[in-house]
Amino acid sequence: MTAILEVKELVKKYGDFTAVNGISFNIEEGEIFSLLGPNGAGKTTTISMLSTLYAPTSGEASIGGHSVTKEPMAVRNLIGVVPQELALYDDLSAYENLVFWGQMYGLSGKTLKIRVDEVLEQIGLADKAKNRVKTYSGGMKRRVNIGVGLLHQPKLLFMDEPTVGIDPQSRRAILDSVKALNQQGMTVLYTTHYMEEAEELSTRVGIIDHGELIALGTQAELSRRVGENDTLVLHIDENQNGETLAAAIRNIHNVLKADITDHTVAVITPEAEEILAPVITKANELGIKIRSVDIKEPNLEAVFLNLTGRALRD
Amino acid sequence: MKKLFLIGLKDVKLAFRDKAALILMLLAPFLLTLGLGVVTGRFSGGSSNGISHIPVVLVNQDGKQLGNALVAVFQSKDLNGLIDPTVSTDPAAAYKQVDGNQAVAAIVIPSGFTDSIIPIAGTFPISGTFPSQGQTSPAKAILIELYSNPTAPTSVGVVKTILDQFISQVEVGRVGGQVAVTQLLASGRIQVQDAQTAGQAMGANQASASSQSTSITLNNSTPSGQAVKFDVLALLAPGMALMFLMYTVSYGGRTLLTERNQGTLPRLLVSPTNVTQILGGKMIGIFLTGAAQVLILILGTTVLFQLQWGDPLAVLVLVLAAVFGAVGWGMLLTSIAKTPGQVSAIGSALMLTFGILGGTFVNMDNMPAWFRYVTKITPNAWGVDGFTTLALGGGLHDILTPILALLSMGLLLFAVAVILFSRRGLTER
Repeated sequence: MTAILEVKELVKKYGDFTAVNGISFNIEEGEIFSLLGPNGAGKTTTISMLSTLYAPTSGEASIGGHSVTKEPMAVRNLIGVVPQELALYDDLSAYENLVFWGQMYGLSGKTLKIRVDEVLEQIGLADKAKNRVKTYSGGMKRRVNIGVGLLHQPKLLFMDEPTVGIDPQSRRAILDSVKALNQQGMTVLYTTHYMEEAEELSTRVGIIDHGELIALGTQAELSRRVGENDTLVLHIDENQNGETLAAAIRNIHNVLKADITDHTVAVITPEAEEILAPVITKANELGIKIRSVDIKEPNLEAVFLNLTGRALRD
Repeated sequence: MKKLFLIGLKDVKLAFRDKAALILMLLAPFLLTLGLGVVTGRFSGGSSNGISHIPVVLVNQDGKQLGNALVAVFQSKDLNGLIDPTVSTDPAAAYKQVDGNQAVAAIVIPSGFTDSIIPIAGTFPISGTFPSQGQTSPAKAILIELYSNPTAPTSVGVVKTILDQFISQVEVGRVGGQVAVTQLLASGRIQVQDAQTAGQAMGANQASASSQSTSITLNNSTPSGQAVKFDVLALLAPGMALMFLMYTVSYGGRTLLTERNQGTLPRLLVSPTNVTQILGGKMIGIFLTGAAQVLILILGTTVLFQLQWGDPLAVLVLVLAAVFGAVGWGMLLTSIAKTPGQVSAIGSALMLTFGILGGTFVNMDNMPAWFRYVTKITPNAWGVDGFTTLALGGGLHDILTPILALLSMGLLLFAVAVILFSRRGLTER
């Protein structure tokens, strides 16, 4: 397989704040690669640099052999971008939006018309194509937003959290369309903070947090990081001493790891149910009140918890 | 190049689908023009038009019938309030008054003017004419000189119109007199030796008739010789159109920042479209929207109010130049502002300030000279000057200065805007 995207030590700084801190990864042709991370992890900034919107502070990336900094126009011809926020003209119809954006990608004449009609069918809006976008539901707008990114049949499609804020039915339609596009040969870089989406779609997953790529691999490879272990998540009150509790829990039999982050103690264990009682006993002894308890079996979220000590949605 | 127009046309489409924008772009200037027309008595036959007390210096070196008649015209009751005439004997002093902005024009009636019109020994010399504004007369005795202040084109236009009317009447009388004397001679009713006396008598009558200024108000002759009445709306309508044009250009500029916030600008920037195409397309969009707005207003006022804007080609050229100048301001404003709200706030202030400075509400010809120069930073002032000149019968050659000024203004401001955009980037929030 050939790498269509190569990223090397990419950094983006805004003054003293580092949004992306030296990430490196490749995407092979035909893959669905997910960047999984919580809000503010640096996913959108990464896509913005790769799509030539922002220049990186340092590092390099190339798409189809073209540098994103030195050959931005060549890169733009290869990529399609579905931004996280809707980027459409509300006072134009879906048809007019698609025609305009198709023209911006150099389509014209019959080719443009054919592609617009195909995309309208693909996103299921052929019968409402003449209605202005502002009259659409959130899900319909999302579909048009995706359709714009598909018009010119890009080799690599960037989809930045395309399911945020929509109903389950539209979400399902979008996930199915991503899989269908991939089956047609399109390579997809998909960012999300929904573990389920990454699990369902991805060939490989990169986990990003605080601007750093903290894990990268197939789901199986990542799950092996936590082995067959469960993760017990304890939520405690803000005024409680979580560090003391974590230290006490580490002494319990079968506890492999216990970390405290933002009033949450993440405990890695092969038998979560078995250690639950001693954990609660320790908390009572220390006078620490536990608000809630979650048990997570091995999955990407558990990997994230294992790596960061925090849940994805924290 | 194609993308520039595609982006521009998309913006025009969006602007004309925005109901709130349409109200301010078209309905508001139309209604305000209508309202001011009612207030100034345009629709009830009144004559209040905001132009008054135009200071004119008359130098009558002729001292005979026609010279005196012209002075009498400017001193007539009919023009009382419109013209503030003063009589001087010294042309140099009169020029000085104009140069010093104490008068908008000096009219020098040279010695021998009457004799050159009224027939002598059966010959009929050509009638008096006057040179273009600001030029001094050559030594030819039959020329009346109009020495004018270029910073007050509207008032000068009024003075020129009155002078045109006088000369037109004199010319009609001269030709008529020649025909009458010839016919009297041919019919034997007078003898050759009486022809000069008869001609002089007719000349005196003509001079007397010319000084009866009831027909010389704000009437003007077009280059084709067709008489048209100067319309107060010809001042108000361009002023309003140009004032609300400033709204349109700031609205257009605001869309760039709105697109940045709504994500369509970043989306454009990751398509194979470069920054120059985007900025150029935006400029074309604002330009086309502004031009459409002004042309619709012109068409509307022409059809509904029978307003005569003047030579259609010259009007079109002036509209395009005025819109270009205004677009420059819109782009500059957008390059300075950081949010659409800022553009709206500054744009509204600019619209009103430029409207006032441009003479939409007050005739700037009565303001001090330094103030009139300040008004020239606005496209409104140049535009109103140009439209007034055209409404008074001027042609394309008479509005070259406003056109050049507006084009230069647009180019300069656009260049500054591009520099500012390139320094901070289109995506900076």
